[in-house]
Amino acid sequence: MREVDLAVVGAGPAGLTAAIEGAKRGCSTVVLDMNPHPGGQLIKQIHKFFGSREHRAGTRGIEIADTLFHEAESTGVEVMVRAEVYAIHDSTLEVAQTFGEDSPILPSKEATTSHSRSLSIVARRIVLAMGGAENALNFPGWTLPGVMGAGAAQTMINLWRVLPGERILMVGAGNVGLIVSYQLMQAGGEVVAVIEATPRIGGYGVHAAKISRAGVPILTSHTIVGASGESRVERAVIAKVDPSWRIVPGSEEELEVDTICIAVGLRPNARLASLAGCKLHYSPSLGGWVPIHNSRMETTVPRIYIAGDLSGVEEASTALEEGRLAGICAAASLSKERAGDPEEIKAIEQRLLSLRSGPFCQRRQDAKQELIGIAETQCPK
Amino acid sequence: MSQVINSRGYPSQQELRNAPGYPSQERLEKGPVVAIECIEEIPCNPCEQACPQHAITIGTPITNCPHLDEDKCIGCGLCVSQCPGLAIFLIDLTHSQGSASVAFPYEYLPLPKEGQTVCAVNRAGEPVCSGTVVRVQNPKRNDRTPVVTVAVPCKYATQVRGILRSRR
Amino acid sequence: MRVIHHPILGDLPEVRQVKIWVDGKEIAARKGEPIAAAIAANGTKIHRYTTRREEPRGVFCGIGQCTDCVMVVNGVPNVRTCITPVTEGMTVETQHGAGRGGR
Repeated sequence: MREVDLAVVGAGPAGLTAAIEGAKRGCSTVVLDMNPHPGGQLIKQIHKFFGSREHRAGTRGIEIADTLFHEAESTGVEVMVRAEVYAIHDSTLEVAQTFGEDSPILPSKEATTSHSRSLSIVARRIVLAMGGAENALNFPGWTLPGVMGAGAAQTMINLWRVLPGERILMVGAGNVGLIVSYQLMQAGGEVVAVIEATPRIGGYGVHAAKISRAGVPILTSHTIVGASGESRVERAVIAKVDPSWRIVPGSEEELEVDTICIAVGLRPNARLASLAGCKLHYSPSLGGWVPIHNSRMETTVPRIYIAGDLSGVEEASTALEEGRLAGICAAASLSKERAGDPEEIKAIEQRLLSLRSGPFCQRRQDAKQELIGIAETQCPK
Repeated sequence: MSQVINSRGYPSQQELRNAPGYPSQERLEKGPVVAIECIEEIPCNPCEQACPQHAITIGTPITNCPHLDEDKCIGCGLCVSQCPGLAIFLIDLTHSQGSASVAFPYEYLPLPKEGQTVCAVNRAGEPVCSGTVVRVQNPKRNDRTPVVTVAVPCKYATQVRGILRSRR
Repeated sequence: MRVIHHPILGDLPEVRQVKIWVDGKEIAARKGEPIAAAIAANGTKIHRYTTRREEPRGVFCGIGQCTDCVMVVNGVPNVRTCITPVTEGMTVETQHGAGRGGR
């Protein structure tokens, strides 16, 4: 059993900034992440980020992960990797941890005893920052090997340096679909097409323009009818859809592909939060079921805070800001001296407001406001 | 919100003409100038800080589209590699008699070589004309975003935005 | 297929090779990489066959959430290959149903 002031679950942009702010305010802080590397999804984001200087715009995500990790370590945060939190009850986090880059999770009984351990951590405050999970899409053949999440393909090419296929169909033209398409080409793959069921490309025009001039057709109002092949994807059939989502007869087209990537949005990875007792609210603009939280990022369970995509799917820049906010508020709730300069919170809120303006993000601001409104009646005072 | 870019994947000439970051025909004819093809209100502003001439303004909120002061722009092209969206191009209609140069970010392998004849493509990736690679720049400050400059006939300068990639 | 050259990430750094056995065949893996990456680099896509209909499955989420990519590793079934790193001499088998290994 270990006792800490602040335990953060998830070492992505939100978790790391929360931990840094907590540690800066004198909290003994530990970050737990199930992955072998800290940084969350940043470690496979090889493109330059958008945003402003405060959000390290123009820097590649992979470098932001490095910087954050080093900042966390230098402020005294303990980052534990391969540490999976499988339960939270009251103030206790139950953790299964494996060691060393050679240590498999559960390959044999010997390894179980010599390379892994379970431990309990009692934390006075908890920040949950487990990020998002990719949505799946069902169509005939969707279980064939070769159909995978766009994020899975991105992990394969950028982290493990393996191209999962050579001719790829991307389903979904949000930012993830567009960016991963670009990165698949950078890794040497060919993206045969990006299809999007709605009449408009959901991601940023600049990302779409990048792959358009590389010769990738982006077909809006198109859906995938099915995938087929002998034990693996060998072809896909796509077709046009009309405004009521019906397939336009005769518009079917067969594409010879070996890989189909699914990029149809992310949802908050809210399972652990739910297990911990946090009440959820369904918010389509934020990706689905989101833990209810107030403006201090505190959930309906006292002492549990959230940040990043878990509190609504947005961008890495908003995750960095929300993490800071959650870290500061969690620390401040432990003692007044830790609150620090109140102007700091105001500045973060101002930056968040700015990030959530504009036609792409305004609906998220509205959804966040709605959540905060609900929280007023349900969160601890 | 713009229409064409959302359905097709790249901006129309009309959308570009209306964008505050796209230079006028008169300015283009005077010599090197950047074309900022960023026409949606997205939260991003590194281009503003990249310009030593302070020719690019975004201001507050950060979702404003970049505004180009075309008289201040000297066509140095420093912003081209700094745009995270790879949406800035340097166009020089006065490159040489009859030919213009277009510089664009190019983050693929293999990189073309100077002097190489390439197939220049438009915003849709369709071949437009053949071009000659004038320069391939990738200094440290570009942070691995090489900038390739190709010479093409003047009349294609506002269309050409890349080159056909050679397969590895 | 390995991504040897990359415009942003540079050339693939050399690391120690680890030998693993996949369905009885020896393959070279890179130290620290997950089993799924090692076998994908060798062109394998099928990780298992489902219990009732014997349908093939491969990597789907790639981050240890969906369990579609499980295989029999060192005799232990249902190991998530996308997050389990290779070790020297490890045996990996295509999984049939809930736990039977072998081709």
